[in-house]
Amino acid sequence: MAGQNHLLEVRHLSKSFGKHVVLRDIDFSVDIGDVTCIIGASGSGKSTLLRCINMLETPTTGEILYHEKDITDRRVNVSSYRSKVGMVFQSFNLFNNMSVLENCMIGQTRVLKKSKEEAKKNAMKYLEKVGMAPYIHAKPRQISGGQKQRVAIARALAMEPEVLLFDEPTSALDPQMVGEVLAVMRTLAKEGITMIIVTHEMAFARDVSNHVVFMADGVIEEEGGPENIFGAPQKAKTQEFLSRFIQG
Amino acid sequence: MPTDFIGRVLAVFDRYGMSMVQGAAVSLQIALVGTFVGCVIGFAVGIVQTIPTEPKDNPVKKGVLWIVKLILNAYVEFFRGTPMMAQAMFIYYGLFPLVGLNPPMRQAAYFILSINTGAYMAETVRGGILSIDIGQTEGAKAIGMTHVQTMLYVILPQALRNIMPQIGNNLIINIKDSCVLSVIGVAELLYKTKAAAGALYMNFETYTITMIMYFIMTFTCSRILRWMENRMDGSDNYDLATTDTLAHTSGMYRYPDEKKGEK
Repeated sequence: MAGQNHLLEVRHLSKSFGKHVVLRDIDFSVDIGDVTCIIGASGSGKSTLLRCINMLETPTTGEILYHEKDITDRRVNVSSYRSKVGMVFQSFNLFNNMSVLENCMIGQTRVLKKSKEEAKKNAMKYLEKVGMAPYIHAKPRQISGGQKQRVAIARALAMEPEVLLFDEPTSALDPQMVGEVLAVMRTLAKEGITMIIVTHEMAFARDVSNHVVFMADGVIEEEGGPENIFGAPQKAKTQEFLSRFIQG
Repeated sequence: MPTDFIGRVLAVFDRYGMSMVQGAAVSLQIALVGTFVGCVIGFAVGIVQTIPTEPKDNPVKKGVLWIVKLILNAYVEFFRGTPMMAQAMFIYYGLFPLVGLNPPMRQAAYFILSINTGAYMAETVRGGILSIDIGQTEGAKAIGMTHVQTMLYVILPQALRNIMPQIGNNLIINIKDSCVLSVIGVAELLYKTKAAAGALYMNFETYTITMIMYFIMTFTCSRILRWMENRMDGSDNYDLATTDTLAHTSGMYRYPDEKKGEK
């Protein structure tokens, strides 16, 4: 893999909050079309890693290369970088003062400077894809959690990002809603959209990903193809973490 | 002069009613202008005070921001921490002549009330902004919005809704507290009341009328603001924008004929 131009490459990334070290010397890369799942126990730094990739947290040291360009450099326009990297949150974070349709349009009109008509057409395309087109006039408070998350995915897709980040997108949902959100994500994976997914849904991670990263205590403990990580984990920590899943 | 209380109140109203209504109109006008301009000041100050500084910002920007925030803090603390009546005397008889200004009384009143309300509103707006979940900011940032866009389209509309009750509070306080501006000779309701009560030696009756007038103004304003709040909340219902039967979970609606008709 050395010398290859990756879409996204994390190099020696560390992050600490005060004296508390959350991430230690993280290295990994993502190519176009990759579906990378990051798994691991709560508190192992998965979400922080994802938030660093989107610069919602500023890394303490290390580089994040996007198309070979280090985005942690202070001269880089972070906003325009973020408009190419979509993010879906555990708590949805839909704009409460806007309808479903407006949620999917605002980024296009204000950030990408598209016309209203174009933005609406585009938003409708993705809302239809996630099955939320009928609800365009609803406010976020009027729809269920699974519906909110599907709108959030449509909002991210409407920006037509090169890579989509998912931060435990189903952790706040009941089993039925988990199903509807995962179904949407499976479709996206099949379409070849580049995704980095932090998740606790092991079966889902095994099925959709082509690369699995297992994290423990702020470091990447083990990584590889899903068949290796889930089929024959090498490290003791990975085996322990996955033992419940493999038995069940 | 009638001997019963109500009769005397009516008699006072008959003679001084028009003058007092004019005074009430002045009070209301000062309060409305002061609250509105105060809100604008409050939003400006509150927004600046919530601009975050990041470690990677350049030192010049950080320095300028630090100084601006310091000045704004001094403004807020000073005007919240001293009585408006004293401020009115200080500004109208001291500061204005000192800098060679001689504005009409009414404009001086607007100025004093605005700047005072602005100091309170700055804190209210700051509270309103802080009350919005950090997730809203992150959601906006994640789709590439700048700090200004995030504020303008996502945070402030929600903050405004949340601080509406406090804006109402300020308006009502201003309607009443505009009376302290009578010390610089603004002919508002209390000023007119004093004149009427002094001329007739009938304090009880005159102030009864004044209290009723103030209450009518404040109550009307609070109802109007409540109505505006409800309007901002929007409808509790929404329509499904579809003819797709699968979208209706009850499965009650079918539109086969309509689709044929379209062809």
